[in-house]
Amino acid sequence: MRDVYVLGVGMIKFGRYPDKDVPQLGADAAVLALKDAGVSIKDIEMFVCGNLFQANAMNAQRILQQIGQTGIPALNVSNACATGSTAFREAYIGVASGMYDVTMAVGVEQMGKMGLLGGGARSGGESVEGVLGSGLMPAVFGQAGVEHMRKYGTTAEQFAKVSVKNHKHSVHNPLSQYQVEVKLEDVMKARMVAYPNTLYMCCPTGDGAAAAILVSADKMKQYTSKPVKVAASVLTSDPYTDRDLTMPDVNTLTKNAAKQAYEKAGLGPKDLSLVELHDCFATAELLHYDNLGLCPEGEAGRMIDEGRTALSGDIPVNASGGLLSKGHPLGATGVANIYEIVTQLRGQAGTRQVQGAKVGLAHVIGLGSACTINILTV
Amino acid sequence: MAAEASTGSTRQRPIADMLRLPTAPSEKPYLVGYRCQRCGATYIGEGRVGCSKCTSTEPLKEIKLGERGALYVYSIVHQSVPGVPVPYVSAIVDLPEGVSVRCNLVDIEPDPAKIKFGMPVEMVTRKVRERKEKNAEGVEETIEIIAFFFKPSQN
Repeated sequence: MRDVYVLGVGMIKFGRYPDKDVPQLGADAAVLALKDAGVSIKDIEMFVCGNLFQANAMNAQRILQQIGQTGIPALNVSNACATGSTAFREAYIGVASGMYDVTMAVGVEQMGKMGLLGGGARSGGESVEGVLGSGLMPAVFGQAGVEHMRKYGTTAEQFAKVSVKNHKHSVHNPLSQYQVEVKLEDVMKARMVAYPNTLYMCCPTGDGAAAAILVSADKMKQYTSKPVKVAASVLTSDPYTDRDLTMPDVNTLTKNAAKQAYEKAGLGPKDLSLVELHDCFATAELLHYDNLGLCPEGEAGRMIDEGRTALSGDIPVNASGGLLSKGHPLGATGVANIYEIVTQLRGQAGTRQVQGAKVGLAHVIGLGSACTINILTV
Repeated sequence: MAAEASTGSTRQRPIADMLRLPTAPSEKPYLVGYRCQRCGATYIGEGRVGCSKCTSTEPLKEIKLGERGALYVYSIVHQSVPGVPVPYVSAIVDLPEGVSVRCNLVDIEPDPAKIKFGMPVEMVTRKVRERKEKNAEGVEETIEIIAFFFKPSQN
């Protein structure tokens, strides 16, 4: 497999765009990435679109119908919340395999004010939501957090601190859906959604798009002297574990992906300058400190207490504001994480810049389950 | 479709196939699982093609699950879809056959201070909704939808 580089990235501000449609949002991000890379749509040899809720709508082709119908291979992927990052990985494979020199991935989603996701399970026509427990995401990730409490004594307050940290970071990100600080007291006292996650500990729904252009080493040298390399791009699914089919296990497939990604990159957790990880709920973020090896197993609560993952800490996590504040338009999220890492590694992140950033890790979980980890380096 | 239990013009129907209702007064409702004949892994839900643990594609064997288990973890749901009363406790219960079920934990305050990890729980069934339906002969019947729950038990 060949080395692959990110030549350009683009992202629109996450929010709500009721007057636009999915292809338009995706095209906006694609144009930003082309401009950033300094290439034309005519240079793109293969195009991937990640979108979940309109997965049958041929959005890759419809984006090209907006910005350039060059007749290239175009494909559409969906992989739950890992949809965008899976699109990125498909574009990565296109270059790594030697088949293409320049590929593009767009992640896009339009959710509007969609309510609680998940649940809706039916058995022979009977709705079981709220009768046979809950399949809604707040409860699923509530239970995952409660499992961490049971195993390691993590507290509701420690989970709440994640929300405080990520909202604080988002104030420095002009593309974040929300850019407001919240106090720990306000997070703790906010309306409970599903214990231990209160309202501010749940990511919002919204619209958004992000794009990335991937190139081979030869192409990279034609366009830039400051390359961002994809040191690892890994995708895992949920292996069999005892309770996975009853209570989705978001831990094991992340641990597996992290192990593979660190091996492939020849790097370890101590080498990371920053991490963008899948904080769909505040509970999830602490689980992934353990899963990504940012701390010894079970010490995630202490890690947030000590401020180590804040912008001022030794391993900033979700400098962008994370899903909790930046927003989580599902298909866009995985590419938006790449956007943040690339921006940071180039030193272009303004007041949220992680000084001297050299290695960034982007992690996404799609429940059901899919996990991607991309490690980027300069 | 799981077996239904009938008494006159009222018929009881389980909310999910995994719940079996009594067909005689001496019987009690119970849950069923499906066990891999090669590795012993146990699953909820009929119609499995194979065992995702050991990859055997031999038919799985239906087994009766015990009515007592232990609470693994939970969440207290305060916001749900329209029509679902809140708050309630959504729980994962480990059964002795090596399989877990998702359920509502009932007869307990929805308060983290009152809910203990590992606490013994036992299954109960309750009517959750009913509706009128015409049967094959065109006669109107009352259909009672029966669900299972787990509640704290003494041992």
